[in-house]
Amino acid sequence: MKKHARRFFRILSLAAAALFVFGVGVSAAERISINGSTTVLPISQILAEGYMDEYPNVNVSISGGGSGNGIRALVDGTTDIAQSSRWIRQSEVENAVDNGHFPVPFAIALDAIIPVVHPDNPVDNLSLDQLKAIYEGKIRNWKDVGGEDRSIAIISRDSDSGTYVVWNDIVLKGARPSPRAQLLASNGAITQEVSGNRNAIGYIGIGYLNENLKAVSLDGVAPTYDNAQSGDFPVSRTLWFFTDDWPKGEILRFINFALHPEKGQKLVGETGYVPLY
Amino acid sequence: MGAKRRAKELLIHIFFLVVGASGIIVLTLILLFLIMEGLPVFDTVSVRAFLFGTMWYPTHYPPDFGILALIAGSASVVVLSSLLAIPLGIGSAIYLAEIAHPKVRAVIKPTIELIEGLPTVVIGFFGMIVVAPFLQETFGLTTGLNLFNASVMLAFMAVPTIASISEDAIYGVPAHMKEGSMALGATHWETIARVILPASLTGISTAVILGISRAIGETMVVLMVAGGAAIIPESIFDPVRPMPANIAAEMGNAPFRSDHYHALFAIGLVLFVFTFVFNMIAAHLAQKHKQVGAASL
Repeated sequence: MKKHARRFFRILSLAAAALFVFGVGVSAAERISINGSTTVLPISQILAEGYMDEYPNVNVSISGGGSGNGIRALVDGTTDIAQSSRWIRQSEVENAVDNGHFPVPFAIALDAIIPVVHPDNPVDNLSLDQLKAIYEGKIRNWKDVGGEDRSIAIISRDSDSGTYVVWNDIVLKGARPSPRAQLLASNGAITQEVSGNRNAIGYIGIGYLNENLKAVSLDGVAPTYDNAQSGDFPVSRTLWFFTDDWPKGEILRFINFALHPEKGQKLVGETGYVPLY
Repeated sequence: MGAKRRAKELLIHIFFLVVGASGIIVLTLILLFLIMEGLPVFDTVSVRAFLFGTMWYPTHYPPDFGILALIAGSASVVVLSSLLAIPLGIGSAIYLAEIAHPKVRAVIKPTIELIEGLPTVVIGFFGMIVVAPFLQETFGLTTGLNLFNASVMLAFMAVPTIASISEDAIYGVPAHMKEGSMALGATHWETIARVILPASLTGISTAVILGISRAIGETMVVLMVAGGAAIIPESIFDPVRPMPANIAAEMGNAPFRSDHYHALFAIGLVLFVFTFVFNMIAAHLAQKHKQVGAASL
């Protein structure tokens, strides 16, 4: 019995030693972790790839669990950078400061949120008021906005996604969307539903626009990259990186890379989002 | 030597006690966690307004945390999918156990059990890409992502469970009972309806519970195909938002320890209570109709 126990402890201490050596070995390479909004995810991914090409000894790991999740992770200290598709909330700042963390924002790209319909839908322009009335459930038929005699299927995002928050602020001006609005959990799901449903209207980030969807102009302004960058297209937002305190070392180098007009911002343009410069 | 062996016995005894109790311990911890994280929402909203409010606007100002529409969404999906899945599941089980040729059975049963292993996200994807456009075109609906679509997909998930376990129960009915019934002049159908089904009722109830409780808690499928409108459905083609879908969709973005976060945990608690009560009722029914003697399983 005793002999067994001694052998067991010997194995255990060996394992611990191995783990220790292994752990040190891993931490020799620099790591940056990014967590947060799924909207910003494609940007972080392409930035990380570009960055790791330039600095091969750095390992950038990315996960997307929503803007709120990312900021929570920053406050918990489990991530270096939080990616967010909305501005940080007052309650989140207070929570961070109470825990001794100081989120610092960096704008990294612009995103236009564009209303989309099925390609066969004849409607190609709506006023902001019409769009608001549709989402509030006051206009229920396409013929009231110059389309066919079909009922409107309103497609919306889950009520806490960054995309929803921006849409709700700018289009609905804080009013409540109709409870009949369908909640779908991602840009991809909305793309899928609208491209297969002639009654549907939805909204997506400009990067998700494809040939199976028709983008609708707002008050005559087409949802193009130029109009988004110039600020003419009304429904656009800034995408953010938040760091804990002013970044230093590797994280600073990464942020500089992301904001460089020839490096990071060029990559942002490739993702379908709107670069800052 | 004797003491040593007794100590060993005791150790093994304790080991299995811990293993056996671990399920209960974990369940208790989860329940405690749900209560701790869920109850604070009732500082903001009354229990009545939470359970019977029809408006779910958690991120607006002032927020509304009424989950009646979500409860209605869950209930309607479960009822409709049960109506589809139970007859189909038990019907397949009867066919497989009593009517099908053993060779046919040897092919069909493993196939049904294979369907059981399909990842739910695949079923959801199928509902979204294939069933939704089909429903919408065929019936001229506003949207194909609705209560009916979700129920069909959930039934599709539940049928294999119900069929496979019911089939075991029916197959396990002792041959002499069947032979006795036949010997008394009953037809095959009379034997199935009056002897075999009552004798295997406990097993069939278990099958139904397992199949349907999967439907209550299923998240991915309803998140993808139920449509997600927080309304009390008026027709089977209305979009609905069952409770698990709502939790999954909103948890990622709800600020930590906010009212919204607590409200989502409270929904989890309601869901837990629902499943618990459902299992209790089902267990009670199974116990009540339990056959004694040779037919008991």
